[in-house]
Amino acid sequence: MNEYNFAYLDEQTKRMIRRAILKGLAIPGYQVPFASREMPMPYGWGTGGVQVSAATLTPDDTFKVIDQGADDTTNAVSIRKFFEKTAGVETTEETYRATVIQTRHRIPEAKLRDDQILVYQVPIPEPLRFLEPRETETRKMHSLEEYGLIHVKLYEDISQHGAIATSYAYPVKVSDRYVMDPSPIPKFDNPKLEMDAIQLFGAGREQRIYAVPPHTKVVSLDFEDYPFEASKANHACDLCGAEDSYLDEVIMDDAGNRMFVCSDTDYCRSRRAAGHVGRLAEENAA
Amino acid sequence: MSTQVQYSGGFGNAPIDAAHAFRAAMTVMAKPGQIRTLRGARPPEPLSVAAGTLLLTLCDPDTGVYLAGRANNAEVQRWLSFHTGAPFVTAEQADFAVGAWDDLMPLGAYRIGTPEYPDRSATLIVECDVLHGNGAALRGPGIQDTSHLSLPDIAALQGNALLYPLGCDFFFTCGEQVAALPRSTQITAGT
Repeated sequence: MNEYNFAYLDEQTKRMIRRAILKGLAIPGYQVPFASREMPMPYGWGTGGVQVSAATLTPDDTFKVIDQGADDTTNAVSIRKFFEKTAGVETTEETYRATVIQTRHRIPEAKLRDDQILVYQVPIPEPLRFLEPRETETRKMHSLEEYGLIHVKLYEDISQHGAIATSYAYPVKVSDRYVMDPSPIPKFDNPKLEMDAIQLFGAGREQRIYAVPPHTKVVSLDFEDYPFEASKANHACDLCGAEDSYLDEVIMDDAGNRMFVCSDTDYCRSRRAAGHVGRLAEENAA
Repeated sequence: MSTQVQYSGGFGNAPIDAAHAFRAAMTVMAKPGQIRTLRGARPPEPLSVAAGTLLLTLCDPDTGVYLAGRANNAEVQRWLSFHTGAPFVTAEQADFAVGAWDDLMPLGAYRIGTPEYPDRSATLIVECDVLHGNGAALRGPGIQDTSHLSLPDIAALQGNALLYPLGCDFFFTCGEQVAALPRSTQITAGT
């Protein structure tokens, strides 16, 4: 036993969050307001995701946290330790073992199962916010399904850059109704938003929760003549040789040498364990 | 009913029991047509274990509860007041309503949300005599191809789905079993 209530939050707060999650699941892609609490970490460090995870976890869960795909970065380690301490749950870095996965800015490469839950940390939940700053107006635009503005934004991308330059937080339409910000995942991950697992999104500072149930239609916005393209760096991973994973570019020295590695550390590790070798694997083995 | 009963029948370990119960409730709401087990509470008659557990998991002084028909008796009121502190309200004001389908009707009485805030709608906990996977065909978010569920009134629930994104959401309870039907689900009669 420890001195915290299970999963840190008090029961009334968890009930409030749970009610918001249920309404979010009933109206896929719609942002449900909730009374976000102060958490023992700063805004921007996943307070929304942490609150959703706290309301969702049971003692039987195995919890995994990734930050830009990595299990071993500060944000991921601190949130994992937070729930080890306050909820006493088992934690893991292996995607297939986890039942609840909290993520910042990535969807794991491994296909998620229907008994898994993916919790996203969301900074700005409103896909129209940078086009229209007033909440009263964006509420009205969602209620009227008035999404012309966001298509204008994508069109301006094309007129300025010759292609849709939006590369992350790429807007999607959920179940033919609500336009939703999938959080700042790379657009490479957008096709994976149609998955078997339950997806929950928590924005702590902005006080919004939204959700996408399994097998829900999620369409990335585009134009007939400029179709959506899930892009990634045109390389293979230099450590594991994967050609199908999203890559981080790492500057190696002052001479401009660089390497590309899987952003999903568990995917990369498990491939290397299975004997896959990338271009620079040998010299990095030491 | 002795006063003893109103104080008993709550969660043995509230944080843990509520966490497990919510997981079951969330799973069925995310996957319309699936049936899960829900237990932890021992509510007074005529509430089912699943309905009582749902109420303890989701209700508190912030949520108005409407007890419909047979579910609206003094024992249930005392039990729910003691364990949740939820105020009792009319159907028109309810966040949660519980009872048999015929007692809960008409569906038009409940809040369906507003165009700007469709989440401000009632959730109905419908006590059923039977709950099984042979019934109306369901399609929509959370469902791969088609699922099936026994529903009390297909026409009324189809009407509710037509209001999307407004509308009520439903839990169906029977003994220790629970299933759910969000407003997003398209319903067709037969198989």
